[in-house]
Formats: sequence, C-alpha cells, structure tokens
Amino acid sequence: MSRGRREIAEPAAALQVLARARTDEIVVLSESTRQDWPPLSTRPELDISITGSMGKASSFGLGLALARPDMQVWVLDSDGALLMNLGSLVTIARAKPANLIHFVYDNEAYDTTGGQPTPGAGIADFTALALGAGYPVARAYDQLEDLERDLASILAGPRPALVVLKVASLGRRPMVGGMRPMREAFAAIREYLASV
Amino acid sequence: MAVLNAALQAATVLDELGRSGVTHIVWLPDSETGYMYEAMRASPLTLVPVCREGESMAIAAGLIMGGKRPVVLIQSTGLYESGDSVRGLCLDLQLPLLLMIGYRGYPGRGRPPADSAARFLEPILDAWGIPHYLVDSDATCHHISEAYEQAHATIHPAAVLIGKEYNG
Repeated sequence: MSRGRREIAEPAAALQVLARARTDEIVVLSESTRQDWPPLSTRPELDISITGSMGKASSFGLGLALARPDMQVWVLDSDGALLMNLGSLVTIARAKPANLIHFVYDNEAYDTTGGQPTPGAGIADFTALALGAGYPVARAYDQLEDLERDLASILAGPRPALVVLKVASLGRRPMVGGMRPMREAFAAIREYLASV
Repeated sequence: MAVLNAALQAATVLDELGRSGVTHIVWLPDSETGYMYEAMRASPLTLVPVCREGESMAIAAGLIMGGKRPVVLIQSTGLYESGDSVRGLCLDLQLPLLLMIGYRGYPGRGRPPADSAARFLEPILDAWGIPHYLVDSDATCHHISEAYEQAHATIHPAAVLIGKEYNG
C-alpha cells in the first residue's frame, strides 16, 4: 500500500540484494523476514528463524556473534520486532560485536497480524536510534539501487552496523514454508559450528 | 564496590561456575546479586550486560548455538518480564541453561514470602517445569554446579534461586 513515503515496493527484492551477496554468513531471521527469505536463501542450512520470543532475533544474533567471532552473523530483523526489544540496540552497541550486521525490515506495520501500524509508524527513526545507542554505523535505504550500490562497502565496513530497509507493507499473507523449525535449525547449526 | 554478604560469598559462587566450565554470565544487576559485580568482573568469565532480562535468554541461546557455556543471572521480577523468552527459547529450544535468579523478597527458610515477587517465583517455575534449588549461603552453593550439570544432562533449563539471609 502506498503511504506517501519512499519505500522499496517489493520487500523480497531488498532481501534478494542481500542473498546475492551472501557467502557463509549465519542468518538469523525474525517473524517478518522469514516470510520472504526462504526462497531467496543460498545457504538455507545456515538460516534460523527466532520466533515466539517477542522480538529477540537481534539478541540471539548477538549471542551467536560473541560465541563465534570468526563467523559473520546477519540478523534480518523487522521494525515491529525491534520495537519490542529496543534495548537490544544498546546491549549490542555495548558488546561491540565486530561480526554482526543488523538489517531491519522497516514497513511501519505489523504485517503478520494484518498490517496495523506500529507505534513507530511515521515517527521512529531506527538509524538515529541505533546511532544514539552506540552503533558506529547506521544507514537506511528506500531505493534498491542505493542498497545495491552500497552493500559491498557496508559488508566491509565497521560493525556492528544497522541497515534499515524501508519496504512496503504487504499486509497479512499466508505463512510461507521452507524454513526448518527453529529447534531443528538450532541443533543442526550448533553441530555445524562445532565442526568448523 | 564489592559488599560482603556473609551468607553467600561471590567467590564461592564463581568457584562453582568455574568448576562447571561456564564461559559467560549474561546478566542484569539486582539487589540480591549486585554485590558480586566486582568479583565477576575480575573473574575470567565474560560478562554480558543486558538492558532487559528477556534479552538474556536469547543471548544465551545464541552463545549455546555457538558452542559456549553461558548462565543467566537476573532477578525474579525480570524473570516475570521474560516470560515469552523462557517459553519460546529456553523451553522450546530445550536449552541446557542455568538460570540464576535473585529471589526478591526471600524471607529466609521457613518464613512466609515477604512480597508477591517472592510468593509467585517457585509456583511459576513449577508451572514451567523448571527445576529449582535454593542457594542462600556458601553451604548451599553446591546446588549451582549440580543444577548446571542437571540442565546439561536433561537438556532442559534449571534454576537456582539466590536468596539473602537478610533483607538489607
């Protein structure tokens, strides 16, 4: 739906840009991004969705990043989830994980419950919040071309970094399959990490 | 500043954690355990401070997936705030995680709970099926390593409740 703001009309297209650049990063997904990521993922065996804990994907990603500083961790968060766990911005900034990039789908809506606006719709600036929390880098993108142009430098830049993807709200959609259940993914990735 | 708690020494707690091979303490200070801060900071364990207690279980889960051996150290009131992290992560992921819970309002053995924070703690843990043990003195500190081992043996969270003998 058009809300008079510049935004990426097709949210999955923004994730497609990330998927093309991914190599062996472990990807931690939130409730919303797991809707679009599975068909795009080139390494589904390294994907885990953290659901049912009120927005804790960013915190989970921090723990993983601290445990394995030799691995790169991407959190694919969403604005509603991050609003539930906003303190995690400060916690992450304090911990300074040099291997964590925190992407945020910002559609200003709770799509999984029908697209109702979040309390932050139209007012919350996640890049300002992240910078104010202590992230060294925070950027926002509302055009695919800009994201494509900058992604390589973001991936090579200082961490933790917050990258806001301003995407359209598509409202409630049927749940997309393709993700392993969280517990299964947790066990499999844990075993994989123990071997590398 | 470290404050001496004659009933429960920080060094004894840290010895127990060290014996268990704990690597990280994910925590938010509380009245019952805040006095341990300097000792924890001086220990080889990595402290991960959080802004809200619900973060602690998710961070611990990530640490565990990455091969580390964390514990969570928070107050009972923060545990209440963390309900969906306990349910959705600790229980649903079957985390071998020791929750060290500051027992707010702990009145001492055999006395009635001092407030609702104390009254609800054990029934809530029972409802979640999380075994729990009282640690209120150096003499009961052995429950820390035992509960930690139980969590790993059963692949299920366990808790120790850190009580002070006095309400100072």
